[in-house]
This record gives sequence, structure tokens and C-alpha cells, in this order.
Amino acid sequence: MENLIAPRIEIVSRRAILRGLGITAGLVLAAPVLSRKGMAAYATGADKMPHGTVNDPRVFVAIAPDGTVTIIAARSEMGTGIRTSLPMVVADEMEADWSRVHVRQAPGDEAKYGNQDTDGSRSTRHFLIPMRQVGAAARMMLEAAAAAQWNVPVTEVKAVNHEVVHAKTGRKLGFGALATAAAAQPVIEVSQLRLKDPKDFRYIGKGTVGIVDLHDITTGQAMYGSDTRLPNMKYAVIARPPVVGGKLVSFDAADAMKVSGVEKVMEVKAWPWPSKFQPVGGVAVIARNTGAAIMGRDALKIVWDDGPNATYDSVAYRTELEEAARKPGDVVRNNGDADAALKSADKVVVGEYYLPHLAHASMETPVATAHVADGKAEIWAPVQSPGGTREDVAKTLGIPVENVTVNVTLLGGGFGRKSKCDFALEAALLSQAIGAPVKVQWTREDDIRHDFYHTVSAERIEAGIKDGKVVAWRHRSVAPSILSTFVPGAKHEMPIELGMGFVDLPFDIANIRCENPEAAAHTRIGWFRSVSNIPHAFAVQTMVAEIAHELGRDPKDMLLELIGPARLVDLGPSVKDLWDYGEPLASYPNDTGRLRGVVELVAEKGEWNRPVPKGHGLGIAVHRSFVSYVATIVEVAVDAKGNLTIPRVDTAIDCGTFVNPERIRSQIEGAAIMGISLAKYGEVTFKDGRAVQGNFDGFQVARIGDSPMVTNVHIAPSGPDVPPSGVGEPGLPPFAPALCNAIFAATGKRVRNLPIGKQLEGA
Amino acid sequence: MIEVTVNGQKHSWDGDPALPLLWYLRDEAGLTGTKFGCGAALCGACTVHVDGEAARSCITAMSAVAGTKITTIEGLDPHGNHPVQKAWREANVPQCGYCQAGQIMQASALLQQNPHPSREEIRDTMAGNICRCGCYQRIETAVHLASTGT
Ligand code: FES
Ligand code: FES
Repeated sequence: MENLIAPRIEIVSRRAILRGLGITAGLVLAAPVLSRKGMAAYATGADKMPHGTVNDPRVFVAIAPDGTVTIIAARSEMGTGIRTSLPMVVADEMEADWSRVHVRQAPGDEAKYGNQDTDGSRSTRHFLIPMRQVGAAARMMLEAAAAAQWNVPVTEVKAVNHEVVHAKTGRKLGFGALATAAAAQPVIEVSQLRLKDPKDFRYIGKGTVGIVDLHDITTGQAMYGSDTRLPNMKYAVIARPPVVGGKLVSFDAADAMKVSGVEKVMEVKAWPWPSKFQPVGGVAVIARNTGAAIMGRDALKIVWDDGPNATYDSVAYRTELEEAARKPGDVVRNNGDADAALKSADKVVVGEYYLPHLAHASMETPVATAHVADGKAEIWAPVQSPGGTREDVAKTLGIPVENVTVNVTLLGGGFGRKSKCDFALEAALLSQAIGAPVKVQWTREDDIRHDFYHTVSAERIEAGIKDGKVVAWRHRSVAPSILSTFVPGAKHEMPIELGMGFVDLPFDIANIRCENPEAAAHTRIGWFRSVSNIPHAFAVQTMVAEIAHELGRDPKDMLLELIGPARLVDLGPSVKDLWDYGEPLASYPNDTGRLRGVVELVAEKGEWNRPVPKGHGLGIAVHRSFVSYVATIVEVAVDAKGNLTIPRVDTAIDCGTFVNPERIRSQIEGAAIMGISLAKYGEVTFKDGRAVQGNFDGFQVARIGDSPMVTNVHIAPSGPDVPPSGVGEPGLPPFAPALCNAIFAATGKRVRNLPIGKQLEGA
Repeated sequence: MIEVTVNGQKHSWDGDPALPLLWYLRDEAGLTGTKFGCGAALCGACTVHVDGEAARSCITAMSAVAGTKITTIEGLDPHGNHPVQKAWREANVPQCGYCQAGQIMQASALLQQNPHPSREEIRDTMAGNICRCGCYQRIETAVHLASTGT
């Protein structure tokens, strides 16, 4: 694969922020403000997101006289490649030469850039069309400027690879030479925009463009949140209440102050539980470097009041959840009469599944730098939601939002954790208090012990079989909700959680009932890559294999039979408040044809029926999430001691129109590794209200030796008319059930509880 | 006073001799390419070379490196073109990229000692470097690429 020369990314700095694109005379392409709705060929949920989308080229593109094209990336880069992919879309549409493109990261300003909440696998699906419109407008203005200069009809000129060409006369003008004249061009109506024919794309869909940060990452120059350095900056770490909802009673800083380099110890303001994204308080140690701050914190003596969650205990809580799953709960989907059909079934297959809390554990822990002075705040942080961070900083400090600048650094992983800006708020509060720039660094123990955890859940499915067919399906899902982090006493999953592979079950079964018994939260629950799809897909896709085994059927054939014929699933009134990733069903229907398609694709490419050696097994699972369709086949090998290795993984993804297949592959490869992490090891447990694990010795994640020997990624070729859908998250949900189904095929041991841990010993 | 050579330049430190090298490099010397991941020798993000050998700077006190020569990612090659760095770019290894400085320093130390490691040797030596994004397949490919030039 050929790599084009990657443009250098401009490091976010105060200078970059002040020198906004729109104020540098002569460089700016002054194009019209286009209507938000634009000319999208399909509707998306983007308009329902705060500040929607923006497709104004003046906001996103600048051309310098030397021809350098600067394109703004407004979404956060946490490893998906989005700060390459969306600028690449603009470049392709405007016929810019990628080697002359410079990408600059936008600060948090949603009124200007549109929604910046980089979450929910939304960036490409919401911004592909707006970014194409930006590029098309820029191209057409350059063409109009050239035509005017040559006094020829605009239909005779064409932008090609960074210049505009008049074929008849062979004349050419570079983008740099045209920039000023293009800026004076009249408004282009949205309806007049001509998007490129997809067959003319040079970068979109090709996978030949390396990420813009590649060189900087490999040379240690890439700037993450942790790498911000300001003159006179202080370094802080914070001792936080070990139990969520706990409070500081008193502290003794005498020994901490004796540590060389420690300058100050102070209380951090706390918000009561549920604290949303606000800091939980504690004691901050401020020092001349991070190492001194950590050593100072180790020397603190603190008395805490542990509060109402002091008895949170994972062993007892698991029993509570499992018992709740054996009793009826709120009915959140009902078709037919599952209870009656279960009673009259020939056989009922019952599966009970348990999945524990997980920590995000991005390699870069939460970290942020703030400089608050003269009623203004400037933040440098690896945040997924710079717009939300800006608003929260303003509220927390009590200053107007215009006085807050949030500079988005690279994120050393995010996975949903960095959507929550508590760490930036801590930095802002400390900087305000001491009147100097402060960097707040979380240690790994802070990260794992004070996370917004992935929920913990008990799932119970009963499937009624009659005459060899599944006629009834009753699924109960019990899990503390993300809502509990925002609303006191919330006990039920929200529509956004229920809609993640639970009530949207696409199976062709006459009697389906989904119930959600209540569960109170005793820690902070947040969203983790693919969220509730993890437990829901694990339960459903394991159950399918269990049924196949009961009936002596091939698991893939069973899966296809349960999915049923190709159709658009119409849940009708069976589900109240159906949430489908915020997308209109007209653009993003729940299409079992596409679901079947990825199963068939992976079965073919992944050689589902291939013979495997003794001790090996194949498992399959499929799941629709973030309006994409993903099927995975895992080959596992389990040795006599119960150690598992993974010789091969095949994953098929149908994410509609795609922009950057090379980054789709890397996301799917990474999802397999995260799937291995959560299947084999992932678990945060609580004892006396405290998270037991604190670092990678207790909270283990996959290492290179756990990695599949090969992960093959098969991208379904969908036509250009199919709207793009998610990539960052959908690879994860089917992985663990495919792995555990493979383990069953290899050993006859059914894994119903995660993590696998030592369950295979003696299997 | 502790004297060390970092990327060919003399440094001296008269602060706490117990300070981990990681924080000296990042906060005192301004070399932020070396990353913090765990502080406990569990993840490899902080890997540097001390007298040519891979070391976890997060658990290495300044007092322990007095008189040594330290190389960080910034000093691995003057133009960023060490064979391992080139292989990393060729194989498009990074996702978020945060772990990659440590991975590259570990891999370059490996190839220094064992220019043609087997797949098992690559897996064994790189086992101390976590990549939460899951770039392992490409890390393996890139180390192999750097060792063979193909
Ligand atoms: S930070 Fe040193 S090994 Fe993790
Ligand atoms: S690339 Fe993100 S942790 Fe390795």
C-alpha cells in the first residue's frame, strides 16, 4: 500500500487559536454561508445534536498564496483517524493535493464548527456530507475565479489536483494564485453545489492516505493532553474520595509538604453524588513536577467519610442482579405472548449471563492543563467533547462561555472516558485557586479507581422451542444505568441503553418479550466503547449458539434462521421510545438483509466450515450497533492447562459508504484486542465501596501475546448511495461471544460469565 | 548533583534523587515524547534506553542513572528515520499513538541485541508494552519489517 506524504499537523497552541483562520487577510477563501440542511442525499440525526453540522468553507478551509491549503479538523482524534479522514474528504472534493494540505485542530466552539462531541461513532456519518459540501464549494469558487480571470465560461474549466485547468487553451492556475480572487466570488447556493461523482474520488474510499500525525507519533513530537507545558506551570495530583459519594473529613499535609518539590496542598471543591461530570473533590498536591506531586500525595494523611456507597460489594451485588433477572421487570418490548409460548414449548433453553464493570484504561490517563486569569480560562485537554467542556468550565468557574477557550490536544485513547470532562474542571478550579497554570495528572490508580465505569449486568434469556423452531424469546437485562450518574435514584436503563442490541433484536420470532428489572447504582456509571451492546450482544449471541447446540444445528445456520428473511425490522408499537442511535429509520433502517450479508461474507471469507486441529474451535457472532453491521468468526485454541490462544479472527463489517478503509481495518483489529481484554481479563470489582483493582496488574488488558496471530477484516462493498455508519465501536460487541462460542466448540465448556479468567482450567 | 547525558546533551539535577527519571525527562527537561502509562513498570509507555538497554523510566530513580547515557524517542535518530521508526510508518502502526514511543524504544533495543528475532521472540520482548488501542498485529509486522527490511 502506498503512503502519500502526510501533511504535518499544526500543534495546538495559544498562537494557533489567536490566529484564527478568518482573520488572516488574503488567505481566506470567503465563501457563502450555506444552509445547514444543505443537499444531503439522506437525512441523519446530526440536526438533533447540539449545534448540528456546519458546511461553510470559510470555517474549514484557508488557502495561502503559496498554495498551502489548511483544513480544520473539528472532531477529536483518539485513534480512529478522524482528524485525517474528514479533512481528506474536504481535500478530495476540492481537488486539493493532499501533500499540500495542512490540518489544524479546532478549539471547542460548536456554534462555529457544529457539534464536536466525538462519541457514538458519529463523526463520519454526520459529517461526510457537510465536509463534501465544504470541499465542493471551495472547488467551485476556485473554478469561478479562474474562469473570470480567463474570461471563459465556468463550464470550460476544471479543478484538477491543486490547480484549475482550461483544457481548450491549456492554461492553468494554481490554487494559491487563485485564492484571493476566489475569495471575492459571489455566493454559491446550496442547490448549485456539484458534488464529485464518487468514481472520481482520489482519496475517499481508497485507504492510501496515512494519518496526519504518523511522523510526529513515531518521533515523540505528537502533542497529547499530557504534553502541554506552559511558563510557570505547576503540576498537581489529587487524592479523591475512595468511595463514590464519600466526603473529605480532614487531612494532614505536614509530611507531604516535606517532600522535595511539593509547594502546596489544598482541598478541591466537591459536588454531591450524583455529580455528573463535576469533580468529586479531595485533596490536591501541587508541586514543581508530577513525580514530586505523586510522592507528596503518598505522604498525605486523610480521613474520609465514605458515605452511602460504603457497603458496595461486587459479590453481593452480582447475586442481587441475578435474582432480579429471574423475576419480571418493566416490559420494554412485547410481541405476541412470550410467557404463554414458553409454557407450551417442547423445550426451554435458559441462559444466564454476567458481565462485570470495566474500566476504560486508555493509555493516556485523564490529564488537563488550565490557565485561569483575569476572568478568562484557557484549557488544553484530551477531550472528546470540547464544546461541552467549554460550557462546563464556564459554569464551574462562573464566567461567561466566551471567556473560555478549550484547546483540543491529541487523545491518548478515549473509549468514552474522555467525554467526561471532570479532569479539565479540576485543573480549572486549581488554576483559579492558585493563580498559575496547573496541569492535573491522573495516575493509573486514579484512572481505574475513579472511572465512570462500564455498567455491570445480569442477562437472562429463555428461548422456547416448538417442533424444532424457536417460538418464544424472553430476555431480561438488569444493569445500573448511566442515568444514575446524572439523576439521583435512577434504576432503569434508558432508551439509549435499551436500544443497544436489546429491544432492537432483529430476530424472526413470533413471541418476544424484553424486560428491564431495576438496579440501583453504587458507583459512577458511564459509557464505554459500544456501551450496553457489550452485555446485550454477549447474551443474545451466546444464546443463539446454545440453541444451535440444543437442536444439533450449525451455529451459523441457526443464526441465519433466527434472523430470518431479508427485511426492514419494524418494531411498531412493540417498543415505546425506540432509540436507534439518534438516526432516522428512513436512512438507517434495521436491515436484516445487511445483517445476513455480513454473516454470509464472514462465513465465506473466514472459511466457516474449515477443519481445525484438535483443541481448536470456531465461533461466530453478529451484531448491529451504531447502525453498522458486524460479524466475527474467531478460531481459538485451548491447551490442556486451559490457556487460550487465537490463531485467527475474521470480521466482516458493513458500514455503508466508507471513507478510509485502512482506518476501518485498524479499528476492527483494535476491537478484537479490546474484545480479548474484556473477555479474558476485564473486571473491576468493589469491596467496601472501593474499586479493588488499581493498575495493570489487577485490571489486566490484552498484551501482544494475547493478540490473534492474524485478524482479517472484510469490508462489505456497499454502493455510494448507502449512508455511512459507525466504525469506532461496532467491532467490539460481537467479539466476546464469538470467542466464547469458539471456546465451546473447542472444549465443550460454555462460558456464561465474563471474564473468562480461570474458568477454562481443567476444561 | 546528578549528572546524566540525555540524547547526547549533558544534564544535571540537584533536586530529589528519588525522582523517577520519567518525570525528570517530561517535566524538568521538557522531553515529553516519553510517556506515563502506569508508574509501576507494567505498561512500557515510559521506555527509554539507559546505556543502550531498554529501561522503564517510571521506576528508575534519578540516583540510579547518574553518569549514564540516556536515549529517548526524541534522540533515537536525528531525523526520525531509525529503521524501526520507518517500519512503524510503513506498517501504519499507530491508532491513538500514545504507547508508540515506548513500543519503538523497546523494539529498537530488541533489534540492537537480536537483529533477527523470531515471532516468539518479538512477542516475548514486546509483552511488557501495552497498547490499549490494540495495534499488536501491526507492531509485530513492523518489528519484523525493521529486522528484515521487507
Ligand atoms: S509508565 Fe513505566 S511501565 Fe508504565
Ligand atoms: S496506539 Fe493507542 S495505546 Fe497504542
